[in-house]
Amino acid sequence: MDAFVAPCYTARPDNSARERSAAETATIMTDGARANSLRNGPDASGHFGDGLGGRFVAETLMPLILELDAAYKTAQADPAFHKELAFYLKDYVGRPSPLWFAKRLTDQLGGAKIYMKREELNHTGSHKLNNVMGQILLARRMGRTRIVAETGAGQHGVATATVCALFGMQCVIYMGATDVERQAPNVFRMKLLGAEVVPVTSGAGTLKDAMNEAMRDWVANVHDTYFLVGTVAGPHPYPAMVRDFQSVIGDEVKVQMEEAEGRLPDVIVAAIGGGSNAMGIFHPFLDDLSVRLIGVEAAGHGLDSGKTAASIERGTRGVLHGNRTYLLQDENGQIIEAHSISAGLDYPGVGPEHSWLHEIGRAEYVGITDDEALDAFQTCTRTEGIIPALESAHAVAHATKIAPTLSPETLLVINISGRGDKDIFTVAEHLGVKL
Amino acid sequence: MSRIARRFAALKQEGRGALIPYLEACDPDFQTSLDLLKAMPEAGADLIEIGMPFSDPSADGPIIQLAARRGLKAGATLPRLFEMVKSFREQDNDTPIILMGYLNPIEAYGIDRFCVDASAAGIDGLIIVDMPPEEAGPMQGPAKAAGLDIIRLIAPTTDDNRLKLVLNHASGFVYYVSITGITGTRSASDEDLRAALVRLRAVTDLPVAIGFGIRTPEQAASASRIAEGAVVASALLATLAKTLDAADQATPSTLPSVLTQLRELAAAVRS
Repeated sequence: MDAFVAPCYTARPDNSARERSAAETATIMTDGARANSLRNGPDASGHFGDGLGGRFVAETLMPLILELDAAYKTAQADPAFHKELAFYLKDYVGRPSPLWFAKRLTDQLGGAKIYMKREELNHTGSHKLNNVMGQILLARRMGRTRIVAETGAGQHGVATATVCALFGMQCVIYMGATDVERQAPNVFRMKLLGAEVVPVTSGAGTLKDAMNEAMRDWVANVHDTYFLVGTVAGPHPYPAMVRDFQSVIGDEVKVQMEEAEGRLPDVIVAAIGGGSNAMGIFHPFLDDLSVRLIGVEAAGHGLDSGKTAASIERGTRGVLHGNRTYLLQDENGQIIEAHSISAGLDYPGVGPEHSWLHEIGRAEYVGITDDEALDAFQTCTRTEGIIPALESAHAVAHATKIAPTLSPETLLVINISGRGDKDIFTVAEHLGVKL
Repeated sequence: MSRIARRFAALKQEGRGALIPYLEACDPDFQTSLDLLKAMPEAGADLIEIGMPFSDPSADGPIIQLAARRGLKAGATLPRLFEMVKSFREQDNDTPIILMGYLNPIEAYGIDRFCVDASAAGIDGLIIVDMPPEEAGPMQGPAKAAGLDIIRLIAPTTDDNRLKLVLNHASGFVYYVSITGITGTRSASDEDLRAALVRLRAVTDLPVAIGFGIRTPEQAASASRIAEGAVVASALLATLAKTLDAADQATPSTLPSVLTQLRELAAAVRS
């Protein structure tokens, strides 16, 4: 067990070991700040590269964003914060998550050796809890008592409602009305956990509209409310903070792959909506230039169908939800509704750090259609006995495309960011099955 | 002296504050919003704010959200908005026009071109909701060169240190967001407003207009006395929305209803 424990956010039963773990964390953070590293971003004002990221919010929110930035910096420098987080990540979230060698899928595809990072085994069934656990501890430090969050597929909403139940905090989740309908099980889950779920009817009633509404709530309730953003987007410090909390995924993969194969992986594939699971698994490898990083966007009906969520491949730079990043927009700068079969990827923007990695060419971004994701959903389920979330199925789909073209020595990691139980109704409908 | 400075100076002479109504471009259609714009000065508007519709107005309440959606449906774009202002300027060269909107449509148009074209159309000032001073760098030079004021929002959450930073970047007038919240929801008390103005006056000589939550003639009158101006937006848009037919089209009562309300507000501000 200990051999599989990643250096970051590790808690062990005896206190001296926990101290050590905090010190290790500090070492890694110092190490990460070395010169010429791709891991140093963003700058103090939240910018990645040439003007991406930043803080584009109304004046009412600016003081709060700055307060959050300061509080996060203080927490980051406090070993007690890391110790507390490590405790919850181990004993409540269930970390570390395994790195599974997918032998049957590897044999079937006849190419790269495929590993799966099992984030779907976390409590609440996705990688979302990594970030939520970090932010809820921060919100408590800041003395906030009421939490608002946006959700698309409902995975972030469920994770947020879960920690609010755990800490006895008031929880309001904004969810697009369309998503409320197509993710009914998660809506019920949130309600069971004691959260208030507010359906948002503006726009197409999806994640973008839920984000707008959560921001409006925050503006109106600044005195007691913490806005718990679920992805690596939004005004600084959210993109960097969420990335830091999700980097536990990549940190673990590094240690686990070393243990299994004695070296770094060659290719990492992860699905991208806002991009938090991908950023979490990519970031620890940014300076390991031999590692190919591939972000898989939802192409929807096809990249050029007009019904897509591929913000990097089909978007242009713009400003939305507090940051400058790649957006699906028309020539007048109005945001275009995204489309994906996966509610979690159905977003017309993407985290600014992904936009930057795309511009400097450090990561590749590709598209997978709804149909390809549905096929991969079934392949993964039948071959490995793992039902992936439709979001993660996009990553599986791209991996199954490229694996046969790669040599058997190639080590390929797919981030299985969530489990697919929530999606069985959507999948059944597309397969013509009545449940 | 800019139109904005001239207007505030003239009102100071008159011994009263400004009434600043708001309309959304192309709400519910181009011609109606142009007719409304042209009729506003006669009905008592001292300055006018024109909203540029955006698909994702995250700082606005439901009333402005719906107005923006109607405007976009009717084809609102920055060129159409400039066309409106040009047409307005043919009859009125004194009433300052402020464009209020979000950054993305402006960036898509191109910041330099936007500033040149906005100024040429006869726009005097800009309120860009999601562009805090920290992110205003690219806009400042072109706006100044084109003679456009960048009007800064100050909120109750803006602390004293930040107040100095923000007001260092302000010109034209200062827009005090009187509540922590979105547009058109709740209202601030006179007592809160007076306390806020004491804070602002210690840092700036610019005129201050109060906005967010001003609905009634009494509130407008009171705000225009506590500060140098009162902005009324959602209350007017709500009136306009009530006059529309089932397909959100203008009816014969649309203009008269909004203008009657504007006259009542103006009378209170002048009383």
